[in-house]
Amino acid sequence: MKNVSKSPWLLHYDASSCNGCDIEVLDCLTPKYDLERFGVINTGDPFQADILLITGGVNSQTASVVKQLYSQMPAPKVVVAVGICACTGGVFKECYNILGGIDTVIPVDVYVPGCAARPEAIIDGVVRALNILDKKTAELYAGKSGAQGGHDGR
Amino acid sequence: MAKRSIVPFGPQHPVLPEPIHLDLVLEDETVVEAIPSIGFIHRGLEKLVEKKDFKQYVYIAERVCGICSCGHGMGYCEAVEHVMGIEVPRRAAYLRTIWMEMSRVHSHLLWLGLLADAMGFESLFMEAWRQREEILNLFDLTTGGRIIFSVNCVGGVLKDMDSGMLRAVADTAERLEREIAPLTKTFLKEYTVQSRLKELGVLSREQALLAGAVGPMLRASGEAYDVRMLGYSAYQELHVEPVVRREGDSYARCEVRLEELAQSLRLIREAVSKIPEGPIAEPVKGNPGGEYFMRIEQPRGEAIYYVKGNGTKNLERFRLRTPTTSNIPPMVDLLKGCQLADVPLLVLTIDPCISCTER
Repeated sequence: MKNVSKSPWLLHYDASSCNGCDIEVLDCLTPKYDLERFGVINTGDPFQADILLITGGVNSQTASVVKQLYSQMPAPKVVVAVGICACTGGVFKECYNILGGIDTVIPVDVYVPGCAARPEAIIDGVVRALNILDKKTAELYAGKSGAQGGHDGR
Repeated sequence: MAKRSIVPFGPQHPVLPEPIHLDLVLEDETVVEAIPSIGFIHRGLEKLVEKKDFKQYVYIAERVCGICSCGHGMGYCEAVEHVMGIEVPRRAAYLRTIWMEMSRVHSHLLWLGLLADAMGFESLFMEAWRQREEILNLFDLTTGGRIIFSVNCVGGVLKDMDSGMLRAVADTAERLEREIAPLTKTFLKEYTVQSRLKELGVLSREQALLAGAVGPMLRASGEAYDVRMLGYSAYQELHVEPVVRREGDSYARCEVRLEELAQSLRLIREAVSKIPEGPIAEPVKGNPGGEYFMRIEQPRGEAIYYVKGNGTKNLERFRLRTPTTSNIPPMVDLLKGCQLADVPLLVLTIDPCISCTER
């Protein structure tokens, strides 16, 4: 993690996951993996978050919540889909209430597969997300509009 | 009458990683009514039974919930086995019981951590979750998975434990029993915990029975009801006594879960010492025809699995009644009349598992 430029604040939302990936996300922040020592904080507030971690596929109820959380986050922002359900729908793909992976409603930058995704994989995903965040920040300062600036997605 | 206002709580909120939404009707700081709305993680898993073969469906049943995963797989398999008249080998029944009790330890430690977090007791939260890692390491060692480990199959289990693994399980259980003692002391004796939990959200025995509470919630109100007493799987050969408290407040619920933690660790060691040699799975022939109700005790309380087969490889109906579904009505009762600041803690004391509830 030596080339990481900032301590990101995470926003975690369970779109329709079975809980497995959610407790693994929390596991990353508790003593065994302890990401908090790098200043990573799981904030409940979208207005202060840099990285959005989403677990589970999107269903008809959570689609609007996911879109709203994404639009409330300030740019630059990165989305990490945690677990195979968030990537593609996973074992729930054939369920009548599942629309599909997170990328059916918002753009996803990093996909972390696994059922449940292991903490090592989630941490790796977050580190990759940080590199993307750096790139987006640079683009934002350079004045390019491609970095999803402002409150979009409304 | 003071002016009423409505405060929305959730779906994305601070106490749980899962979405639940409550509309809290307030008069000043006091909650007069709580209106829950669920369905945020409804996926439609019961319906999937029509698309998947009854043996494949075990994997779906295990993914109803990540925390109670082992129990859901076990409940579904036992129900199908009863329909098909399959006798599970004793060793498989013992292995299921050991994994189930390990899941209970993991679930209760997780809840205790979240409770400490809701009280703002950060170091206690971290300590509970540190102890929990020991159990997750055991799951990793014995099955290869940390959270969802898919060991159940119709007719028995998929993986065996060799003598080294069994010794590791027994040793870890013994070590945890010792290490949990200071944790228990902090939860029960610490002044801050007591002042936060005692006499908060009192649920009387009559109220609990009327609202249909199950699990630690019911036992903390003085009713000795534990489905493990029925003796499914290997429980008939182990010593299970329901843990009961009379007070019915949040502190009693915490006490019940702490004692069940110690009880589960004792049960794990007892099961390891009694486990017989033999095969781990019975071959399955034919398709299920008929119906069965299976009840098992999940960490959160009684869960009911209903299975109806029609002689084809797909079941006709699978129905699951989860403990949190029955614990939501008593939770709504508890919330009436409490202070707004106590809402997160009260929601947490029922140990809600939303993904089980909504499936």
